[in-house]
Formats: sequence, structure tokens, C-alpha cells
Amino acid sequence: MSLGTTSAASGGQLDDQTPLTLDASNVSVSFRSPRGGWNTVVDSIGLGLERSQVTVLLGESGSGKTVFARTITGMAHPAAKVEGTVEFDGVELLSADRRALRRLHGDRIGMVPQDPNSSLDPMRRIGGQITETLLQHGKAPNRAAALVRATELLELVHIADPERVLHNYPHEISGGMRQRVAIAIAICCEPELIIADEPSSALDASVGVQVVRLLDDLRERMETAILFITHDIGIAALIASKPHDRVAVMLGGRIVELGFAHQVLHNAQHEYTRALLAAEPSANTPRGELAVVPDEVRMRRDWGPLRDVEPGHAVASTPQEVTA
Amino acid sequence: MSSVLAADGIVKRFGAFTALDGVSFRLERGRTLGVVGESGSGKSTLGRIVMRLMAPDAGVVTLGDDDLFSMTERQLRMARRRIQLVPQDPRHALNPTMTVQQSLAFQLRAQGVPTREWSARCVELLARVSLTADYLHAYPHELSGGQAQRIAIARAIANNPEVIVADEAVSALDKSVQAQVLNTFAELQSDLGVALFFISHDLAVIEHISDDVLVLNRGEVVESGPTRAVLDDPKDPYTRVLLDARHSAEAV
Repeated sequence: MSLGTTSAASGGQLDDQTPLTLDASNVSVSFRSPRGGWNTVVDSIGLGLERSQVTVLLGESGSGKTVFARTITGMAHPAAKVEGTVEFDGVELLSADRRALRRLHGDRIGMVPQDPNSSLDPMRRIGGQITETLLQHGKAPNRAAALVRATELLELVHIADPERVLHNYPHEISGGMRQRVAIAIAICCEPELIIADEPSSALDASVGVQVVRLLDDLRERMETAILFITHDIGIAALIASKPHDRVAVMLGGRIVELGFAHQVLHNAQHEYTRALLAAEPSANTPRGELAVVPDEVRMRRDWGPLRDVEPGHAVASTPQEVTA
Repeated sequence: MSSVLAADGIVKRFGAFTALDGVSFRLERGRTLGVVGESGSGKSTLGRIVMRLMAPDAGVVTLGDDDLFSMTERQLRMARRRIQLVPQDPRHALNPTMTVQQSLAFQLRAQGVPTREWSARCVELLARVSLTADYLHAYPHELSGGQAQRIAIARAIANNPEVIVADEAVSALDKSVQAQVLNTFAELQSDLGVALFFISHDLAVIEHISDDVLVLNRGEVVESGPTRAVLDDPKDPYTRVLLDARHSAEAV
């Protein structure tokens, strides 16, 4: 398998023939440093996303996971220098103009935010916010039809009394319900791709698990590709529930390990992934003896390119291996 | 064995809303009581009451043999040293205009430690939280989240407390850093015999660090006892919901 620009796509992809929903090659993002020069926040990442497949971007704060996800969906920060290509259904997203992006966002690419409070308008009823999106993207001929569809959508995200919720303002419903409404808006145009950025981390654990399960269920029914961003290994394991789902471990703007979820989470090969898994608190580890991710590993930035260690499982080599 | 911190029948209302409804617990020397619950369960309110940052509508809190809410201001100032808080976000809790040494020395001065001993004591406190003397002259904004949290712990132990109240103290930290801070808490406990009142929504953390656990739901203790016994065989449906959430996230 080639180690060229799309080298990362080898991990977790057995079949090269499957058409990709989104194909990112060699994407780099940098910001001007206050001390002069550029800080590279995302460094030459290649990643392909397939229909019905969940790809988890697993990383700690500052690993570049959110910047990468926003960039490949055409929402790069205005001050960012972006390199590489991202193809989505024949459109090059990184060079697409605003009009083209506006057609894609909300219609074919849905976003589930971390905090639904920041995406829902606090001054408008839930019903109006859903119907507006439907009408804007031409998914309903008129307001009455849009309302019928909005009711169905709320049922789809397991809201028990959709008629009441349609009349509610965001503050009148719970955090978990608000996140379901945000998901209903994200899926209302039946997108091919959903980007979910820590959608459960602002929620209580029991509610968060329900939201994650809902997304898992929806991608199967709607055959949507999901790019799911999280720092939580347990949540990563929960959403990447199918054998073909993948986990990409990010560190310092790079993907250092990429493979099917069971490969990465049960047979981790990169030393950072292993250290991260070992640092999970557990009742079985005696107190005071939790494994700590060594700073040498966490701060290291000179990992080699991704290389396949088994079919579908690619790991960034350590610098020693590269020179050897 | 007498407890270092105990509460009996704590009730706290905010208007018509009852945040705590008859909560009791005992925390013994050198032990960890994990307080677990989801948002709105009352766990942070309980933390504020045992620190006497807020008064309950009914109930008694005792620190050692002393009733926390019948103390005079003067007695309270002394008592505050015995019970210290480590908050969720240390960068908001540390004074941004003070270096690490100044923050720590501020605590030492309040205790009447002679000036000439400050510097050595500060180095000793940093060593306790696995940081070198290099950090003495750092300002909070120069510290990582994990380092700042360890400084907050050093500041708490500068007062030789009997109890540390940790309110979601590791929740905002990255996993790799969280492990370091949890190890620091465990070392302090075995070296200094300090008791921990450890509030967290994260059952994995609670399971790891607590001897005993108090499960709160809508202001009521729905279950309490030794951590293993409660979590291995939960009697209350709410505890089971919490455990299910955790196990479904764990079953890869």
C-alpha cells in the first residue's frame, strides 16, 4: 500500500474500491505564531470517511482534532493557512466558495455541537428553528409540511411528546433534550456526513450515553458517515460499535494510530495510545499507581509516517525505526 | 473511631427547590469518601456546606468535635485551615498576579511560619506534589492544567489540613494528566493521613480513589457504604443507571 499523501487512509480501510463520502489528503493547518513563523496545528493528515461508518478522532486537548474536523468541512479559521485537498462528492471543499459551502452545510453535512446552547437560538421556539432549516434547504414545500416533518424528526431522536417540545423555547427543556433537538436539526436534511464534536461531554453520563446510542442508531438507518470527536476512550468505544468503525488517535496535530476500533482499543501498537489506555482510572489499579503518560511521549513531535502493522491498522513509526 | 468530618440531616432549600434533603455521612481520618451524582444531585451544594461557604436550613456539620456552624469568626478562621478546598478549575482559584511561591507563602504567613523558613517549606510542598523548585517563580498562566491543579493541592496541604474537599478536581484534566493528579492525592493520603471528601460525576475516578461512596440523587442519599460493596451490588435503581452508563461505555 502506498505511503504517499493518502497514506493514513490505509488504516481501517480494507477495500480500496469503496467510494469515500469524504476524502482528505495531506491536510495541514497552521497559524501565524506571535514569535514569527507558523505553528502547525494539523500536520499532513490523510483520512477517508465512508458511508455508515463511524470514525472517531480520539485525542487530548490541543491535539488538533477539532481544528482538523472543522477544516475538512470547509470551516477553517479565517486566520489559518490550510494546505492539502478535501474531496466531498466531486467538490474540493478547501477551495469551495461560500455559496457552495452554504449549500453543503446543514444540507449534506450536518453538525452536532458540543454545547447545544450555543447552536440553538434562545429567543425562538424549537419548532421554528427546525422548520426554518427544512424550508431553507427546500426539504418542505411549506410551513405546514415542515411542521409535520419536524414532529417526525423529534420522534426519530426519541423525544416523547414532540408537539409540546415544538412549542418550547430551548431553556424550557433539559440539556439532554436540547442535544437531541440539535441532532434533529443536524439530520433534518438527511446528510451524508455528520460531524459530532464532543456531543456528550457537556451532558450527564447517563444522558450522554443515550445521545451517543442515538447517533449510532441513526447512522445505520440513514447510512450516514460520522466523524466523532472525543477525548474519552469509553465514549469512543461506545460509538465505534460496529466492526468496520474506526478510531484515529491524534497527538500534536498528527494521527499516530489509525485502525478498526477493536484494533486500536484492544491491540494498541503506538506507545502513546498504549500509555493513554493504561492511564484510565480503574478500581483494579492500586491507589497511587495509575500509569502516567510520559511527557517524552506526549510532547514528542517527530513521529514517522503511518505504516500498516496488520490489514487496516496503521501506526506512526518511532523516529528510531525510521532511521534504522 | 471518631470522624474528622461528619454531617447529620443536612437540608438545603433554594426557594421551593430542595437541593439537599436530610443528607448524613461520616468521614474518618485518612479515608476517602467519594460523593457521586449527576448534575442537580446536590453534590456541590454539599461540598459548599461542609466548607461553611453556605449555611444549611437544617442539620449539623461537625469538624472533629466542633460544630462548624456554631463557631465564632475567630474559631472559623482556625477551622478553615483544617478543611481545604481543591476546586475544579485551579487557574481560576490561583491568584493570577502571584507566583507559585507567593501563593504558597501567603498560606504559610497566615499560619505564622517564620519568613526565613518559607522558601524551604515551599520547595518541600512542591516536592509533595511531584514538582521541582523550578516552578516557584512561575505564574499561574505559565502552568499547564495538571501543574496548576498540583499547585492548588500544594496550597491546600500548606495548611496541614485534616480534610481536603476536592470538587470535580480532576474532571477538567486530560486523561494523562488526570492520572498524575490522582496519584498525588493518593500519596498525600498515605503520607499525611489527610481525609478526602471527593466529589465527582465520574464513576471510574470514584471507584479508583474512594474507600466509601455516597450516591446522591436529587438531594437524597440513595445509597452509601464501602465502594466495592455499593458498586458491585447496587441496591438502588439510580446507582444502577449510573453504573450502566459507565459499563456500556466500557464494554468495547
